[in-house]
Amino acid sequence: MIKVIGFYSTEFGEIWDKSLTALIADATLGALADAKIEKEKIDAVFFANMLSGVLENNLMLPARISEVLGTHKPVFRTEAACASGAIAFHLAKNWLMANPGKTALVVGAEKLTDYSPEEVTAGLAAAASGEEQAAGLTFPGLYAMMAQVYMQKYKYTEENLAYVSHKNHYHGTLNPKAHFRRPVTIDQVLKSAYVAYPLKVLDSSPISDGASAVIVTSDESLAKRSSHAVSVLASETATDSISLKGRTRLDGIEATQIAADLAFSAAKLGRGDIDVAEVHDSFSIAELFAMEDLGFWKKGSAGSQIRDLATMIGKGGKLTVNTSGGLKAGGHPVGATGVKQIGEIYLQLTNQADRRQLKKVKYGLTHNVGGSGGVAVVTILGT
Amino acid sequence: MIGIVSYGFYVPKFRIKIDDIASVWGKNPEDIKRSLVINEKAVAGLDEDSLTMGFEASSMALSGLKIDRNDIGSVLFGSETPPYSVNPASTILGEFLGIGNNYLASDTQFACKAATGAIITTIGQIASGATSLGLVCGSDKANAATHDALEYTAASGSVALLLGQENLILEILGFHSYSSDTPDFWRREGIRYPSHGGRFTGKPSYFRHIKEATSKVLEKTKLVPSDFAHAIFHMPNGKFPREIAREMGFSESQIETSLVVSMLGNSYTASALMGLASVLEVAKPGQLILMSSYGSGAGSDSFVFRVTKNIDSRRREFKKSILKKEYIDYSTYLKFMNII
Repeated sequence: MIKVIGFYSTEFGEIWDKSLTALIADATLGALADAKIEKEKIDAVFFANMLSGVLENNLMLPARISEVLGTHKPVFRTEAACASGAIAFHLAKNWLMANPGKTALVVGAEKLTDYSPEEVTAGLAAAASGEEQAAGLTFPGLYAMMAQVYMQKYKYTEENLAYVSHKNHYHGTLNPKAHFRRPVTIDQVLKSAYVAYPLKVLDSSPISDGASAVIVTSDESLAKRSSHAVSVLASETATDSISLKGRTRLDGIEATQIAADLAFSAAKLGRGDIDVAEVHDSFSIAELFAMEDLGFWKKGSAGSQIRDLATMIGKGGKLTVNTSGGLKAGGHPVGATGVKQIGEIYLQLTNQADRRQLKKVKYGLTHNVGGSGGVAVVTILGT
Repeated sequence: MIGIVSYGFYVPKFRIKIDDIASVWGKNPEDIKRSLVINEKAVAGLDEDSLTMGFEASSMALSGLKIDRNDIGSVLFGSETPPYSVNPASTILGEFLGIGNNYLASDTQFACKAATGAIITTIGQIASGATSLGLVCGSDKANAATHDALEYTAASGSVALLLGQENLILEILGFHSYSSDTPDFWRREGIRYPSHGGRFTGKPSYFRHIKEATSKVLEKTKLVPSDFAHAIFHMPNGKFPREIAREMGFSESQIETSLVVSMLGNSYTASALMGLASVLEVAKPGQLILMSSYGSGAGSDSFVFRVTKNIDSRRREFKKSILKKEYIDYSTYLKFMNII
């Protein structure tokens, strides 16, 4: 069994005094310290990042990690836009299954706020198809179109979407590393400025800097020595057309459905077994899609179910969602996001989540999406 | 004692409302006004530039004074928008003011604090005996790319100060400069409009530098915020000076007279000095005034002034004068700013 034995994340936000390399170093050294192992124990590194090549003209990041760690061990870089982090974790898990007795570092990092919003938005649009980019579509634009389809089909209003941000911002107030640690009311969400109708500023995750790292091992004796070990029950990924025009439906993300079915099957668990989930709320609509596509809620029902706020901390629901604040309040340093999601579940399952700790959590799930749904990764962890 | 002998200011009569700019770009004007705490800004006309405004302000500063203009041994002109890249504005200003030829002319550049830096240079010249009087002028017809956040605040205006050792209206009790390589706002050679680092212009830039410079000048003069009748902080918008004042322990009543930004916008090099012009209209002899400028790139010059009894004879009407205004629409604004 593959186990997660350590996690560390930097604060997410506008971290102007740290470079990409410094963020990677902080996350890596923090995760090693958390797992109480020396860097020599790391047999391979899986690194997730999206935009260093586009924004900083910095590629060849495996060698950069080598410099940070002072290692000659293999380093693999993954890029799947916003799903880069969970893909790195997925590859690490597969590598460990093929290599018993080994330990891997999974680190995701992104440095965005040194660049103008225009440069970052253009960079992020690299995850859309050429035709979509040529048509002037940005990521908010793509999700806004999907949101419109969903709202029209199931007769929802912008208010239904606003509950997602309200809930996740509350969770952000409980997470000292969240980009935003202030609550927002439904009214504030509805009154915030439009980015792309019907999505507003407070429906959208921010541009953040940050890095997160987890230590994963197939070394059973090392896992046994760990005071906080969590089992990786499944990590499955599925893909879909990069363009919206190639999708079979626009009121959800099919890649999520496929990855979720594979993951629940691999973990031999049902939807009702999951106690805590970190889902990809890049925009408020994306969390509604996630809840339906992961199979937690019936298709078309999320818009009304979210209004009960049953997935909010303290509401006593069986399943609590995005305790970290999600991407919306927690922040979204693209390459780090998928790794942080796994780290958040790791904290919850090992009772280390401080003020946002849930009671009696046995199984947790993460859901990380790349692009507008071209890649989805579902990971299930258990104690 | 070195200090300010006289001052003058110039605010062009044209104004554009934030509502008009916001509506062109489909923004909610109330959101913009609330976040920037600004309602309208002053715009120089088609036939005005930083130099013509500088001449107006300097003329006011020199008017009514019993001085020999040939005694002015220094003319320093600070601006982000001088009429020439190469060719001084300070000599043109000196020529038009008729101060002879035996003076040091220099154009200074340091974003919004080019003129307050020039005040410190002039203090040095007077202290060294190089001159007995020195003129400092801060003047800008500040431009911004259309649809940039700066478009709501970048404004026009000019303030001039005559420094000397005798017959002062303000004694300079202390000053301190704090500087660092912090590129939060810049304009490269050949590029028409400035670029900026969004929120990076805040905490590590404006707030850090003003806080450091102000703390040091208070330390040097052994004063505390409550000793001051008035405080003036550079005004890139209406929000930042209020925040820094609160953070440093100055009350709303200590800064309110200086906050001209909500009516006039940010006249860049003249911004903090325009706050001083507003304060001097009401300042009483014996009162202490704190003024901290900010220039991107970055630095802050902080000053402690004490008002003398001479102020009563050299006050300038400020509040009433800026009410003489004429509103222009967005297309006229673009024309006046030479954008179209």
